[in-house]
Amino acid sequence: MTAAIEARGLGKQYGRRWALTDCTLSIPAGHVVGLVGPNGAGKTTLINLSTGMLAPTAGSIAVLGKQPASDPGQLAKVGYVAQDTPTYSGMSVEDHLRFVAHMNPAWDNGMAVKRVQQLGLDLKQKAGKLSGGQRAQLALTLAIAKRPQLLMLDEPIASLDPLARREFLQILMEATAEQELSVVMSSHLVADLERVADYLIVLVASRVQIAGEVDNLLATHHLVTGPRRDPDALPLSQRVITASHTDRQSTMLVRSDEPVVDPSWSASQIDLEDLVLAYMGQARDGSPGMTDQVGTKVLEEKR
Amino acid sequence: MIEFHLDSRSGVAPYLQLIQQVRQALRLGLLREGDQLPTVKEVSGALAINPNTVLKAYRELEYEGLAAAKPGVGTFVTKTLTDESIAAHQQLAKDLLCWYREARAAGLDTESIDGIYRQTVRSALQEEAV
Repeated sequence: MTAAIEARGLGKQYGRRWALTDCTLSIPAGHVVGLVGPNGAGKTTLINLSTGMLAPTAGSIAVLGKQPASDPGQLAKVGYVAQDTPTYSGMSVEDHLRFVAHMNPAWDNGMAVKRVQQLGLDLKQKAGKLSGGQRAQLALTLAIAKRPQLLMLDEPIASLDPLARREFLQILMEATAEQELSVVMSSHLVADLERVADYLIVLVASRVQIAGEVDNLLATHHLVTGPRRDPDALPLSQRVITASHTDRQSTMLVRSDEPVVDPSWSASQIDLEDLVLAYMGQARDGSPGMTDQVGTKVLEEKR
Repeated sequence: MIEFHLDSRSGVAPYLQLIQQVRQALRLGLLREGDQLPTVKEVSGALAINPNTVLKAYRELEYEGLAAAKPGVGTFVTKTLTDESIAAHQQLAKDLLCWYREARAAGLDTESIDGIYRQTVRSALQEEAV
C-alpha cells in the first residue's frame, strides 16, 4: 500500500531559521496520526509541506505517492483544515457547501447536507455568526464531504470547549471508520489525541524526536526504578531516554524491544502523555537530533 | 445491544475495556448468543475513539470464540457465558475474604494487601507463561 506521507530529509528554512530539519518519515495509510509538539516546533510547517502550501527547502515529500498539490487529482485526494478552522464569515452555511462542491469533483452533497442537519446548523446562517464549535464542525464537514483519502487537521480543537472538542472528535472518528480515511491531526495537548491517535509523531525544536505506532511505542518503553546505577551500565538493547537519580535510587525511562527482566528493577508501563513528555524533555535538555544514538540521556542529580 | 463506556483513569487500555465490557455483559446475561454488537462506526463515533481500537477488540473477541463477524452486516455474539462458575465465585470470594481478614489482623494496610495480591498474580502468570 502507498504510504500516506513519505518524507526524506525534508526541511524548511525561513531566513536563517530552520522550521523543520532533516525530517524522514514513512507513515502508512489507514492511521490516525497524532502530531504532537510544543508551539513553534514545526507542526504547521510539516502540515503545510504535506498539503503543498509550502515548498521544501531541502529533501522531498510524497503524499499518497505523489508530490503534494501537483495536479487537481492530487488536490482532490487531500483534505485540509487550517489552524483555528477558518470559514468565510460573510458566507452562509449553504454558500459554503455550494462553493466547496464546485471545487471538489468527488463532493458528496448528500453527506454534507445530512451532517449539517445532524449538527443543527441553519443553512441560511452566516458562518460569522456561528460559535467556535459550530464553525469547527462546519470546516470538518466540508473537509470530510470532499471524500479525501487523507485529511490534514492543524490544531483543530485547540480553541474549543470540552463538549465541542468531544463532538468534533466523534464526527472525525465516525468518518474515519466509514470512509477508511487516513488522518493527520496536530495538537500541543496529548490528552486530545490519546484515544484517537494510533500513530504518533513527536516534533520538538524542528526535529522529529520519535515516530511510530502508539501500541508499539507503549510496549517498547518501560519506566524502571531500582537501586542507583549508571545508565551506561545497562544492556545495549536498552536505550535510556530519561534518567534521574537520588543518592540511592535511579528512575529511568528506557526503550527496549525486550521486556526488562532484571529482578532488582521494578518496571512499569507508561501512558502516552508520559512518553511524549519524556521525549520533549529530552529534546529540551539534551542535544536534539541525537535521539537515535544509544545512550543519549538526561542526567538530573537529586540529593 | 450494549453501550460501551471508557474509564480514562483506569489505566486499562481502551480495547481491553471494550473486551471486558462484552465479557461482563455475557456473564450477566445482558448479551446472548446471536445478539449484534454495535458497529465499529457506532462505537468510534459514540466514544470518539480510533476505529482500529474497536476492530482490535472485536478481533480479540473473535479469536476467543465469543463473537463472529458477518461481512457487511456486523459482529455477532456466538457464545453465551452462562456462568456455571458462579457457585465457585462465591466460595473463592469467601476464601479471599478470610485471607483479607488475616492480612488485616497481621497489620497490613490496604495498599500492602493490594501489592501482595498483584505481585502474587503477576508471578503466577509468569510461571504459567514459562
